[in-house]
Amino acid sequence: MSQAVNGPPAREAPGGGQFRAGSIRRRVVQHAGFALLSLSAVLTVIPIVMLIAYVVQRAAPAISWDFLAGFPREGMRQGGILPAILGTFYLTLGTAVFSVPLGVAAAIYLAEYAKDNALTRLIRVAIINLAGIPSVVYGLFGLGLFVLFLRFGTSILSASLTLSIMTLPVIISASEEALRAVPQAFRTVSVSLGGTRWQTIWRIILPQAVPGILTGVILGLERAAGETAPILFTGAAFFLPQLPNSPLDATMALPYHLFVISTQVPEMPLQIQYGTALVLISFVLGMNLIATVIRSRARARRQW
Amino acid sequence: MTGTIRQDVDRAGKGPRRTPRRDWGQFLVTRLIQMSGYSAIVFVGLIFFFLVREGLPAVFQVPLGHLFSVRWYPIEGYFGVLPLITGSLIVTAGAMAVAIPFGIGTAVFISEIAPRWAREILKPLVELLGGLPSVVLGFLGILLLSPFLRRFLNLPTGLTALAGSLLLGGIAVPTIVSIAEDALDAVPKAYREAALALGATRWQTMWGVTFPAARSGVMTAIMLGIGRAIGETMAVMMVTGNAPVLALRLASIVSPVRTMTATIAAEMGEVATGSQHYHVLFFIGMVLFLISLIVNVIASAVVFRQRSRAERVLS
Amino acid sequence: MDKVVVENLTLQYTDGTESLRGVSMVIPAHAITVLFGPAGGGKSSLLRCFNRLNDLADVEKVSGRVLLDGVNVLDPATDVISLRRKVGMVFARPVVLPFSIRGNVTYGLELMGARDPRQLEEAVEHSLRLAALWDEVRDRLDDPAIALSGGQQQRLCLARSLALQPEVILLDEPTSGLDPISTGKVEAALQDLKRDYTIVLVPHSVQQAGRTADFAAFLLQGQLVEYGPGKELFIHPVDKRTEDYITGRFG
Repeated sequence: MSQAVNGPPAREAPGGGQFRAGSIRRRVVQHAGFALLSLSAVLTVIPIVMLIAYVVQRAAPAISWDFLAGFPREGMRQGGILPAILGTFYLTLGTAVFSVPLGVAAAIYLAEYAKDNALTRLIRVAIINLAGIPSVVYGLFGLGLFVLFLRFGTSILSASLTLSIMTLPVIISASEEALRAVPQAFRTVSVSLGGTRWQTIWRIILPQAVPGILTGVILGLERAAGETAPILFTGAAFFLPQLPNSPLDATMALPYHLFVISTQVPEMPLQIQYGTALVLISFVLGMNLIATVIRSRARARRQW
Repeated sequence: MTGTIRQDVDRAGKGPRRTPRRDWGQFLVTRLIQMSGYSAIVFVGLIFFFLVREGLPAVFQVPLGHLFSVRWYPIEGYFGVLPLITGSLIVTAGAMAVAIPFGIGTAVFISEIAPRWAREILKPLVELLGGLPSVVLGFLGILLLSPFLRRFLNLPTGLTALAGSLLLGGIAVPTIVSIAEDALDAVPKAYREAALALGATRWQTMWGVTFPAARSGVMTAIMLGIGRAIGETMAVMMVTGNAPVLALRLASIVSPVRTMTATIAAEMGEVATGSQHYHVLFFIGMVLFLISLIVNVIASAVVFRQRSRAERVLS
Repeated sequence: MDKVVVENLTLQYTDGTESLRGVSMVIPAHAITVLFGPAGGGKSSLLRCFNRLNDLADVEKVSGRVLLDGVNVLDPATDVISLRRKVGMVFARPVVLPFSIRGNVTYGLELMGARDPRQLEEAVEHSLRLAALWDEVRDRLDDPAIALSGGQQQRLCLARSLALQPEVILLDEPTSGLDPISTGKVEAALQDLKRDYTIVLVPHSVQQAGRTADFAAFLLQGQLVEYGPGKELFIHPVDKRTEDYITGRFG
């Protein structure tokens, strides 16, 4: 009777001392592992910061109003890089004109209209493929189709069209995600009030998805602005006596300019090289910053 | 009062009307959207078509034996692409040797270990790296990395496959990090909590439960990283030395090589349209396209298969 | 007078579940008809047949007829757009659109192409009064609708449907997430509305069914078990199953 009240006799925990040693070993492994992973993360990230700081430091003497707004002289060894800056701006604009309407429309199709069948899967595989094609292959394609076959020649038009197709997958993915993020309940409510599918998209879904779409567009254009290979044979030129007058003219562009002055021009002042690199980095990172700001502001102001 | 707004006022109490003639504007919009949806397929087809159109003649103009020989010297008519292929392979392999450990390690760190404040700093920084144009990295490679390698490893030149691999690794890391980190994040919290509740340490949970659950996403990340590396042009063109020699020995990693991508970029500007050289360059482009096609199809097949298995298990 | 007549309605989804089996009933005009029963009984499916919202779901087969004022709404030639304006719906979770309060109410009207600001303003006030929300929001019509409380949001959803001047109002567990005071306000509004509209309500509790029903239909596993005037059915149910459900022996 009293035995039952006291319960079964106490036993030592199985393993005894070994149990505790095992837990110490586990903790050591964990700490070592965590340290290793932290190290890999730090080593990945520190060089980025250091490199950018280094570029800023080496480029600083070169940056001036004359540099940014002036024309090159002495075979690019002096003066400014305005034509390259303008060229990149034109190309980015051209890319936007073609890729944004097409990409957003394709995203609307995928998010709102497409059924779950083999054709839709094929479209998605195609998009993944477009995203993976090497940039120089895009250059070849642009050369074959736009420059030669359609006879647009080496021009802003050819380069923009080439860059647009390259940018399409980024815009489609980001836009589709933004559209899908809008709650399904909105669509049901709109339909129950007598709305057609397009009315629902135009009045509710699309406006609510705009920040996400915009972010995707900016990130896509940022990549297009920094690419060299697609524009190598389709629109970029190194030394142009004057600014382009029409979309059928070739243009200078920052990435191509940086490439040439750092590999093919003898006695190019380092300052100018770093300066050009800095302008290009700033252009690209500036867009990144804008996209990030849009993204966080939209998240705060969401009405759902 | 609001009777004038209701269009069906004449039909009050008479039931619903029959479908009127559809709005043509709406029909047009729907068609345009549909065609935009199909456009991706059209473009892939177009790209393939043009590459084949200009690249296939190479196979007829240059005997296959020569095409796959070990000498690439177009000026004298040698169009052996093997050195270029091995160049791409060795640089990519080296890049992956760098990018996979750092990329996965960083991804695991960000998603599993890092405190909130560290995550807020790391993620944007990795995105920053991903946004840097490759020509900028190539530029820094020429001015900083190659001289460093030359002095540090006592080489005749710093423009080697190693330099290319290091740069490419840096370029591929952001791709791997962002996709792997998304995959790890997507693992339901319930998995981790269950493991921890059973007495596992965080380290054991990470590698025993979370990582395997995210396996398909991590593999996708790696495959896409490989795709990115193989397809990179400018950075490798600027730092690998551009010597089309067969790269099969271990020592090749510290010698100059030339990749397929760099070859196209460097030589396309000089060729005459329609010449043999021109067609061979397009042929190389075809090869690159097919490689990226295979890599991407495998990557997406992995994702689809894993997802449907998970759906079956969880339903 | 019967506003809606359901004739032998059978509904099957693509995954094989049969949601409705040969349901036949009438919905009288200017009254509150309650469809109640345990989960999975087909109440929501039946409701969604009235405004063809089932078109959005994976429906395999529908047979039978649903007559609104004598016209079969299930006929493929029916203009579902105008049908949905005649038959409004309020959902279980209040889903306010990402607009202002005013914007929510006028949304349906704007879909129809209404643009005259004066008419829209009148419609806004009229609908919000009907939904017993006007006094609480008259000073802040331009505030985002998401700022309202749950009960207010649900009344806003009611006003949104009312703006289209429907003839039938469907409500699918409209007060399921609401506190008793808000629930009371919604039920009171329905009592006022039934004078001019036909109301079909799926209640979230048997008690709500008993409070509000002029007519009640008990649906069990897709079949209509019993139907009759509300007071009678809850006091003297004919079918044993109905009695068991009402008294809480299952459900």
